[in-house]
Amino acid sequence: MSTVAPAGDATPLAGSSLHRFANPGRFLRLSEVVLPWLVVPAVVLTVTGLGWGLFFAPADWQQGDAVRIMYVHVPSAWLASSGYFGLALCSLLSLVWRHPLADLAAVEIGPVGAGFTALCLATGSLWGKPMWGAWWVWDARLTSVLVLLFLYLGHIVLVRAFDDPVRGYRAGAILALVGVINLPIIKFSVDWWNTLHQPASITLLGAPSMAPLMLWPLLVSALGFSFAFAAIVVARLRAAVMERRIRGLLMARAVSR
Amino acid sequence: MTHLPFIAASYALAVLVLGGFGAGAWLRVGAARRRLAAIDPRRGRVAR
Repeated sequence: MSTVAPAGDATPLAGSSLHRFANPGRFLRLSEVVLPWLVVPAVVLTVTGLGWGLFFAPADWQQGDAVRIMYVHVPSAWLASSGYFGLALCSLLSLVWRHPLADLAAVEIGPVGAGFTALCLATGSLWGKPMWGAWWVWDARLTSVLVLLFLYLGHIVLVRAFDDPVRGYRAGAILALVGVINLPIIKFSVDWWNTLHQPASITLLGAPSMAPLMLWPLLVSALGFSFAFAAIVVARLRAAVMERRIRGLLMARAVSR
Repeated sequence: MTHLPFIAASYALAVLVLGGFGAGAWLRVGAARRRLAAIDPRRGRVAR
């Protein structure tokens, strides 16, 4: 399919390829095909990764079995940050190209991202208590992730705070884009400040400072969580598109009476 | 296994969050599909 805008179409070129997916019917058909390819790997990889981490991965020589919390905590932390990046990307698409699905996607990503962030904070607390002796410390990493949770919650509230949904989408998009500044703070907080939280064990460029017997279940679990996040967002977006269509039909009926 | 209550609580929370969001999304899609089919059967078929 061509990505070139048809003659006479005033839509910018970059936006036109994105707007191909703005058609609700097309999105529903596409997502119906894609969703099983997200759900099946999500279930298989998450169950495998968590089962592997819980029963077969070795205990840590210092932390003992408490290190098994890592197979939940680290993937949820990655998804909390990358989910927010997705939210900010949708906000950018919404503000720049007025992409109608981007607004709905941002609304649906918010609660899921908040859930994963809360899971990250809760499991971090459950890991911190036996290792640090405290449920919570005002450490730079923990505090910046708490700020991320508040950004998600703020976005959830803001997009629903206006009678005119479009105004809510715009306000939420601005908040989401401003909040992106928190992502590098989360990432580099353990390098910029002296923190109780350990530094990154896995980096993009360097070799991981983790035994392969622990690394592989972590990667499988993270992949499973990623598929699960995507599947949940796509399913929620499907529902949101259908609900919007229902509202439109009901309003059209009410007007015609 | 050392620290079992902390580990069990972490995995239970993961199941709760993932399962809760998954089941919630599944139910919401089903409800929207049924409602749409009831209002407009032609569009309901498209949504399937």
